[in-house]
Amino acid sequence: MSTMLLQAKNICAYYGPTQVLHGLDLSITEGGITTLLGANGAGKTTMLRSVCGMVRTTGEVRFRDQEIAGKATEDIVRLGIAHVPEGRGTFVRLTVEENLQLGAITRGNKAEIATDVERVFGYFPRLRERYRQQAGTLSGGEQQMLAIGRAMMLRPTLMLLDEPSFGLAPLIVQEVFSILKQMNRREKMSIFLVEQNAALALDLADQAYLLETGRVVMAGAAREIREDENIRRAYLGY
Amino acid sequence: MNTAVPASKRRAYEAPAYWRWLGFLIVAAIALPLPFLLKNFFIFQLTLAMVYAIAILGLNLLTGFNGQFSLGHSAFFAIGAYTAAILMDQYDVAYYWTLPAAGIVCFVAGFLFGLPALRLEGVYLALATFALALAMPQILKLSPLEHWTGGVQGIVLIKPNAPFHLPLNPDQWLYFFVFAVAALLFFCAYNLVSSRTGRAIKAIRDNPIAARTMGVNLSLYKSLTFGVSALYTGIAGALGGIAVQFVAPDSFTFGLSIALFVGLVVGGVGSIGGALFGAWFVLFVPNIAEQVSKGLAGAVYGVILVFMIYLMPFGLAGLVRMAAMRLARAKR
Amino acid sequence: MELFLHQVLAGLATGGIYACMALAIVMIYQAIDGLNFAQGEMAMFSTFIAWQLIEWGVPFWGAFFLTLAISFAGGYMIERVIMRPLHNAPILSHVAMFIALFAILNSGAGFIWDYQVKNFPTPFGTKSVIGEGLLSAHDAGMIGATIVMLLFLFLFFRYTRIGLAMRAAAANPESARLVGIRVGQMLALGWGMAALIGAIAGMLIAPVVFLEPNMMSSILLYGFAGAVVGGLTSPAGAVIGGLMVGVIENLAGTFIPVIGRELKLSIALALIILVLTVKPSGLFGRTVVHRV
Repeated sequence: MSTMLLQAKNICAYYGPTQVLHGLDLSITEGGITTLLGANGAGKTTMLRSVCGMVRTTGEVRFRDQEIAGKATEDIVRLGIAHVPEGRGTFVRLTVEENLQLGAITRGNKAEIATDVERVFGYFPRLRERYRQQAGTLSGGEQQMLAIGRAMMLRPTLMLLDEPSFGLAPLIVQEVFSILKQMNRREKMSIFLVEQNAALALDLADQAYLLETGRVVMAGAAREIREDENIRRAYLGY
Repeated sequence: MNTAVPASKRRAYEAPAYWRWLGFLIVAAIALPLPFLLKNFFIFQLTLAMVYAIAILGLNLLTGFNGQFSLGHSAFFAIGAYTAAILMDQYDVAYYWTLPAAGIVCFVAGFLFGLPALRLEGVYLALATFALALAMPQILKLSPLEHWTGGVQGIVLIKPNAPFHLPLNPDQWLYFFVFAVAALLFFCAYNLVSSRTGRAIKAIRDNPIAARTMGVNLSLYKSLTFGVSALYTGIAGALGGIAVQFVAPDSFTFGLSIALFVGLVVGGVGSIGGALFGAWFVLFVPNIAEQVSKGLAGAVYGVILVFMIYLMPFGLAGLVRMAAMRLARAKR
Repeated sequence: MELFLHQVLAGLATGGIYACMALAIVMIYQAIDGLNFAQGEMAMFSTFIAWQLIEWGVPFWGAFFLTLAISFAGGYMIERVIMRPLHNAPILSHVAMFIALFAILNSGAGFIWDYQVKNFPTPFGTKSVIGEGLLSAHDAGMIGATIVMLLFLFLFFRYTRIGLAMRAAAANPESARLVGIRVGQMLALGWGMAALIGAIAGMLIAPVVFLEPNMMSSILLYGFAGAVVGGLTSPAGAVIGGLMVGVIENLAGTFIPVIGRELKLSIALALIILVLTVKPSGLFGRTVVHRV
């Protein structure tokens, strides 16, 4: 039985006076890929931001048995959680090199960092070509790769990804997703993936949660959900 | 999520119309009897407060509703004042005609300044307007223009008498005159802001790229907004010049721009009513500061301003807005 | 021809002052992604502190470095205590806060040390380096010191990790947090460094323009002009821009009849407007590409 890497209990999240999440319970298994599905506005992004302390929340969030709810984002990140946000959050005015270096800014060992940069290039050769270019001039797909690369530079235990397929051509999306699978296997990196594209996500993930207007309406093994036609048609529309 | 935005969550400055009329009536009820109860000097101070309110409103139209940043509105205030002064002094134009004249001149000036300034964003626009504000006193002192501007010494004006032999002294008459002009201008501003043009202007503030893709002609609207904003401030300048009976280059320094800006922030950006509070703040608080400590007047003013910003980061209007929202939520 | 050279050198001398100020301005711009109008007053206040230390008998260099330390701490504290509560407030509130700071520092300095003009010593001596009084040792020293500061800043921001972290925190605070950067600390650090550079600028400028609470007002404008001409994103550009402003101002004042002494300030303004109209990012600044 794999251990729970992250456990969220009774999460309620608020944007100002508006409540967006209503008592979510969620766990992420160590070493696995968990996906959070749902329509636009269901609260998926909010859930990710709650984990990282970017939104006002009540409830418990335990990472490796440590309570992280209420901590500052930067402190949560330093515990080993990398977040690839909605819109990628690239430092557009800085170069690709600087973006990657920033991913590792909290680490000290220069040799290890250099190795990690090479590893990122291994996954994303296109970034090596653009190494000294201003990040804002990269295409959407390349920026997504850069964002994931930057997250990798933290050597995270858990990587959070917010709609990595957004705005990308189907071929690039497949490329990115297969790379995520490789990362999960090779680096033993747990992944928590928020996606609107249910088919892709269920293909990749081990566990799945389905969110609807701030509540979990379904949870279980991704394979089961993928293979159950009734559930798919009722909740996922295909 | 498919919940429509409930009325309680709509921003308070789009409050229902009857609130605004009520507010106006309350203000009028307090303001109108005052000239009969106060000494001339205080009437003069209140008149000046209304003048500043109009000027701050002008700045608000630009910054608050269109998101463009100006530290140079003292220049338009000056242009309005000098237009009025020159017309009255050299061409014997009646004081009430100087207002539309000042308005038009400033509209054109603002529009023309807006055209190149458009291309600048944030900090750069602030710097350009900063330069404009500093340049204006210098330009007004230029020797070749002395024939019109009166050079360093400026132009002296005479306060108009009440028309139709009304039993009012010049200070009282001017107070009512300015009040009427202010009311008219505020009314026009409300209409402008809630009109289709107003929505386009706000759209530019909120998301310029999206606005452009939806067919809003960015250049035109931005320049027009600059023009209208300058128009308001120019009319205020004209009124100010008449009230003070004097225009001179050093009355329109960068310090005035700062005062207008502070008035805007304290009153609340994006709020038309806030302009009144802002005007009151920048006119009277420096005096209060001086009373507290002559040597440290500036420091006291600064400290008061700091507290204002902490307590009301969105200005008085922001505070009112939040209170209204809390009230509306409590009702449910 | 000789007159021309004279004026160019004299322009470089005053330009050195502007370059120094421009550097401080660009520095804070890089750190906080905004312009601090109270920058000049902070520099002035620091210089007064130095003066006071010297009056109390502290030797020059001791007072110099002690002032730097105090200024750094002061800038750091101002960010942590005064600006921090405003993190969520709109930019306009920040600017209003700068205005408040300006008023407090200016009035405070006048109250503590009065408005009498004071002398401030120079570590470089007053001998002439070029010609008769065209370029004094102090003028040359000022330009030299500015260039040294520039070099240090360049190396710091380009090649150190803290420099990179600071740039990231200024450019995109949310993303910076997501890589673990303590953004609040970076901002405070930026303020501390800007205050430090401002202090150096103030102590270099005071021997020339004499120390009094209002000494920085026009210099700040020239500093802005230099920063704009050179480009707000380029520290080197700021220094070159400052020198250029000095030279252009002097040449214009000498060779264009209409512009007497009273209009010299307008030259700076005209330059600002000209550059902003033609090439807003300045001569050496980077234009940023925005993808929709």
